[in-house]
Amino acid sequence: MNKKNKNNFTNDQLLKFYEKMFLIRKFEEKAAQLYGAGKIGGFCHLYIGQEAVVIGILSSINSEDTVITAYRDHGHILARGVDPKLVMSELTGRKDGISKGKGGSMHMFSKANRFYGGHGIVGAQVPLGVGIGFAHKYRNEKKISRVYLGDGAMSNGQVFEAFNLASLWELPVLFIIENNKYGMGTSIGRSAAGGELYERATVFGIKGEKVDGMNFFNVSESAIRAREYIEKNSKPYIIEMDTYRYRGHSMSDPGLYRTKDEVNKMKEIDPVLMMKNTLLNDYKIQEDTIKDIESDIKKQIRDVEKFSLESPLPDLKELYTEVYL
Amino acid sequence: MKILLPALSPTMETGNLVKWLVKEGDSVVSGDILAEIETDKATMELESPDDGKVEKILVKEGTENISVNTEIALLKVDGEEIEEIPEKPIEKSPQVSSNGFEPSTAEVKISLNSLLNQTKENLDSKNWSEKEISMREALNQAIEEEMKLDKDVFLLGEEVAEYDGAYKVTQGLLDKFGSKRVLDTPISEHGFTGLAIGAAMAGLKPICEFMTFNFSMQAIDQIVNSAAKSLYMSGGEINVPIVFRGPNGAAARVGAQHSQCFISWFSHIPGLIVIAPSNARDAKGLLKSSIRNPNPVVFLEHELLYKEKTNVPEENDFLIPIGKGNLINEGKDVTIIGFSMSVQRILNALPSIKKIGINPDIIDLRSIKPLDEELIYKSVKKTNRVVIVEDGFGNTSFGSHLSYLIQSNCFDFLDSEIIKVSGKDVPMPYAENLEKLALPNTDEIVSAVKKVSYSN
Repeated sequence: MNKKNKNNFTNDQLLKFYEKMFLIRKFEEKAAQLYGAGKIGGFCHLYIGQEAVVIGILSSINSEDTVITAYRDHGHILARGVDPKLVMSELTGRKDGISKGKGGSMHMFSKANRFYGGHGIVGAQVPLGVGIGFAHKYRNEKKISRVYLGDGAMSNGQVFEAFNLASLWELPVLFIIENNKYGMGTSIGRSAAGGELYERATVFGIKGEKVDGMNFFNVSESAIRAREYIEKNSKPYIIEMDTYRYRGHSMSDPGLYRTKDEVNKMKEIDPVLMMKNTLLNDYKIQEDTIKDIESDIKKQIRDVEKFSLESPLPDLKELYTEVYL
Repeated sequence: MKILLPALSPTMETGNLVKWLVKEGDSVVSGDILAEIETDKATMELESPDDGKVEKILVKEGTENISVNTEIALLKVDGEEIEEIPEKPIEKSPQVSSNGFEPSTAEVKISLNSLLNQTKENLDSKNWSEKEISMREALNQAIEEEMKLDKDVFLLGEEVAEYDGAYKVTQGLLDKFGSKRVLDTPISEHGFTGLAIGAAMAGLKPICEFMTFNFSMQAIDQIVNSAAKSLYMSGGEINVPIVFRGPNGAAARVGAQHSQCFISWFSHIPGLIVIAPSNARDAKGLLKSSIRNPNPVVFLEHELLYKEKTNVPEENDFLIPIGKGNLINEGKDVTIIGFSMSVQRILNALPSIKKIGINPDIIDLRSIKPLDEELIYKSVKKTNRVVIVEDGFGNTSFGSHLSYLIQSNCFDFLDSEIIKVSGKDVPMPYAENLEKLALPNTDEIVSAVKKVSYSN
């Protein structure tokens, strides 16, 4: 049995978190479908399998905290509360997209929701996120900059420069490594020397830990611990999330670098399913309650799809706007 | 033994004798500090080259602008007299004619300042209270004034704070604004550039100094992919109000990895503003405008211009608009276009050009992107002839693009081919003669002007 979360979330709160995880799952499944139908172009990196990470972190977040991540960003921007219609319309490259159809899957932002993208160059978001943390400190804001990076980025040089600066200047930054075991098609064992990934930050004096990223409750506990540490010590912190993506790196990935067995084995600890079981078994939430939530989300996704396909293409004059302010 | 004023930096031509730490008759041993010398970058200690007695002090303390290699003292060395090795005269390289070497910048300095005084902007009619200062001081003033006006402006880079700036541009700013707003970074361009861009995304206005723009290549991804593109990719949601600044181009004999002009690189990128001032007045007015601009600005300075002085307004509200060039010499026969250091090169050639009876329009672009196309085309339509001078490599250069724009917009007005005098397509050599040969020189500019004018 899962121990109760340190925050003692109410059943209603837990259901909200489950709803968000389920939303991301269904959103991504729909995105995959629309990609297959040729409605979404270019690159499309799905978050399926990693939902417990972003929602577990969300459970610890203050609404004023800022978030930045790399290109696997659909789940992150949905977690921050941006309307799924605007996100899907960005994927379909339409006028109503959150970036007006000019960013695409990898480039979505919302200042109002404190979400700073959506960055396509592996590792580049890490110094940027440290800079956002710098701005929080400079302005004496009680905010934490949450910086997500993948296992692949952990071998990228600028990430270590960013760790050094964050620790040296004591910036309020939480680094979250989403270790889904593969940087594109290269397994972590073939790309990273040495021990655990988070330990690479500890040499800069950054405290950290490794957590089961498939389990919402474990992620949430660790994230709350991290928040308390950062607030108390005014120093950065790092969490390595042990997680897994069920889909390919992007939609065009044939997945030859891993076996079906491996993927199926990981599906036994599916984060969405596990949370649902915990809610049913440990929190004694009625199955009908969960079913109602799920069917609402499914209906919402149908509306999202419709909206994203009916939204017009951007005006041609948009080509030359917003190059400069 | 003669004690000569040594060159204490690659660009030092003169120095100031701040203080003698010995007096005539004092005994010294090798390594004892004889004097404090102020260079263009810092105050340095002059050590005794040998054991002996200070025989005579030839230059009084407080003397300024002493040329390098001037005798400043005599040292009587213990024991036998040392025979001085006569210096073998160096043969000039045959490829460079004697007049291919540039006149000293001292002659030029006056003419640039006087040209600026004559043209007086063509843009602002206000009577500013002015003072003659160097570009280094002008940049410092611009940063100080803008930091006073806006608390969101902060400065970061290598050696900008406690060292007072590698080129003294940021001198004194740490004392005035404290370590929260003037930050020394580790040697970590990729990291601190990304950090600065992130801070700008969150609403601050960083001034990100590169000790030289050669090192900006370590951070080129962040400048191109994060700073330049975010506004567009976010559909207008995220702007990046940042200034990247520092010296660009070839200084003096610092070799291939430290001598490169990046104007063509940065001006290639949509979303970046690119500025390259040639003088102190423009540097101040344009840097202030750049700091206030909501876009990422690449502000390319030039080390050899840091010491050059012009009259500079002292008022807070002195701004030069981005995107406006300056017609610094009004003529009629040919349009010569330059920016940053190449303006100096054009002015070096001006006496020779006038001597052959040609009176040129000289345009100092100041802003590379956006470009003052109106000013350029107006001049070309009058003169019908164009020479472009740029320090950067000629291959796929900014000058190449500029000639395309001119032929495209003024085709019917051109009476000659457009000639581009560019840096040679070689890594910058170290040897003095080869370095001079690699950069645009007076002969090349004069020949180009003659050629477009069909004048022999």
